[in-house]
Amino acid sequence: MEQFTQHTGLILPLDRANVDTDAIIPKQYLKSIKRTGFGPTLFDDWRYVTVGEPGMDHSKRVLNSEFVLNQPEFVGASILLARKNFGCGSSREHAVWALVGYGFRVVIAPSFADIFFNNSFKSGLLPIVLDNEMVDFLFDKSLSGQGYSLTVNLEKQQIVLPSGDTFAFDVDHYRKYCLLNGLDDIALTLKHTDAIKAYEEQRKQEAPWLF
Amino acid sequence: MASRTLYDKVWDAHVVHQEDDGTSLLYIDRHLIHEVTSPQAFEGLVLANRKPWRTDSVLAVPDHNIPTINRDKGITDPVAKLQLETLDKNCKAFGLTKFDMNDIRQGIVHIIGPEQGATLPGMTVVCGDSHTSTHGAFGALAYGIGTSEVEHVLATQCLIQKKMKNMLVNVEGQTGKGVTAKDIVLSIIAKLGTAGGTGYAIEFAGQAIRDLSMEGRMTVCNMAIEAGARAGMVAVDEKTIKYVKGRPYAPTKEQWQQASTAWLELTSDANAIFDATVVIDASTIEPQVTWGTSPEMVLPISAIVPSPDDETDTVKAQGIARALTYMGLKAGEAINNIKIDKVFIGSCTNSRIEDLREAAAIAQGHKIADNIMLAMVVPGSGLVKQQAEQEGLDKIFIDAGFEWREPGCSMCLAMNADRLEAGERCASTSNRNFEGRQGQGGRTHLVSPAMAAGAAIAGHFVDIREL
Repeated sequence: MEQFTQHTGLILPLDRANVDTDAIIPKQYLKSIKRTGFGPTLFDDWRYVTVGEPGMDHSKRVLNSEFVLNQPEFVGASILLARKNFGCGSSREHAVWALVGYGFRVVIAPSFADIFFNNSFKSGLLPIVLDNEMVDFLFDKSLSGQGYSLTVNLEKQQIVLPSGDTFAFDVDHYRKYCLLNGLDDIALTLKHTDAIKAYEEQRKQEAPWLF
Repeated sequence: MASRTLYDKVWDAHVVHQEDDGTSLLYIDRHLIHEVTSPQAFEGLVLANRKPWRTDSVLAVPDHNIPTINRDKGITDPVAKLQLETLDKNCKAFGLTKFDMNDIRQGIVHIIGPEQGATLPGMTVVCGDSHTSTHGAFGALAYGIGTSEVEHVLATQCLIQKKMKNMLVNVEGQTGKGVTAKDIVLSIIAKLGTAGGTGYAIEFAGQAIRDLSMEGRMTVCNMAIEAGARAGMVAVDEKTIKYVKGRPYAPTKEQWQQASTAWLELTSDANAIFDATVVIDASTIEPQVTWGTSPEMVLPISAIVPSPDDETDTVKAQGIARALTYMGLKAGEAINNIKIDKVFIGSCTNSRIEDLREAAAIAQGHKIADNIMLAMVVPGSGLVKQQAEQEGLDKIFIDAGFEWREPGCSMCLAMNADRLEAGERCASTSNRNFEGRQGQGGRTHLVSPAMAAGAAIAGHFVDIREL
């Protein structure tokens, strides 16, 4: 798992609710058997004027200048800000790989879809839930014309504004521990090998039809 | 012991280990695999020099990427071909059961699990696919996982999970004529919203749910994820047990007796506490049609397209305005006046035999309208296709002008050649009407199989109750 301790970056304000994983990475790119290479096709339908296909040279495609990702003041953004229910729909982890591939390390929204939220941690992308008021504030700031940057400190569970003001966010204890240390959660689970085997033995007695 | 919900019972039976903060190792009984979300998981396994923990828990099938036509010519798309070959190679390397594309048992992963009896009551079932919630119709705890979790389950037979909250959706009373499982679940999503079930396992209950066939219950659970809930469940009853009996993976003899007795306990206790309860009166549900780009943007056939001006929440109003532009619709338009270009009957939501019967009953003796460029029926599995052909449904569809295809996910997500072109409008029995879902610029309206067939014949949406 990719480690995450502290990150400072520019906000990309994507002012939409219910951004689904089909929009984050369209289906044609899911034919890939790799975990990498999805960055250039992140938000493909919104980002480019023409339809994309795997194997294309995406740097030669015509960009949709109206899409926020393509606007010059947000070049290099690494913190994505969105509205409620971000990442809904398909379970495709390719959505996380595309966001990370582009350079995002943090996504902030008032709420996330469960599967996307879970998938994010596996690739070192930190999803942060903030209340609507705070999200509105960050949209106001980041849409004001000049870039707006934040520092996210996972250890302290703190977001630092350019003004120096700080505010807290929640993160699950186990996930924080894995992210901070970049731990492989399969290795952690395999420490419980004896417990898994004991469970199986007991279960074979109770419900033999499952084996 | 305190009263427990159905979800509590299946959860409790699968906890291997629990941390103080509630993070648990949940044992997984059945792991379904398809070609799209597994290659990177197998790669990770190989790189870490690990092996699958329990190969007999895995059932693999190609479904997302495969063609639904001219299969004898093989896969022409080289990128798709490599992905399918990778699934084949991985299953062979690790000794996992896989149904090949030309095996009669091949089909959409969520159709074949129950069909084979590989999905059993009380099981935990996972798959790298969000519509795994389908299997909850059997009183199983089933949910979609990401590829890293696919790898985790392969390596450890467990999933790291925190317990979800319990929600009860009670659909009381009886539905009227022409109202199907799809209409029930779309009206539930209309009420809950697309994120209303986030963080919950939903139990669907009430007379209207009990009255549904197993196929109908699968349709309802399938779309739990469109209300944000990773898992949807229905309590076990005699119908569940009758459906499972005699299927290839189902227990037999003494084990059948033991299992079927135990399964009848898979119901919520009378005094079980739910964190949230939603009640819907089934008699008020009409045939549903989605008009927008989220499954929550759904209305009865008798309604008119909404206006952003009538919405007080600004984020929602923007969403409506954006959806109307994308869908090429005007506020105030009658839904039953919306003309369509294509019709898709299929997907893990609605491609079971009952769905095909429902659609065929409407199509019988009619022809698709002149403005319909393509109407296709894609059965959920080779066995569904065979059954439909034995019943003569294929002839009804073909005579009416539909194409009769080979099983797969097809135009639900348009990973193969079956897709919408920009601006094309489709009546679809699938589960997602997201922008671009069925092809970039394509416009999807989600409906029941009967409503899709009705729209194919009329060329626009119609109230099938009036046919």
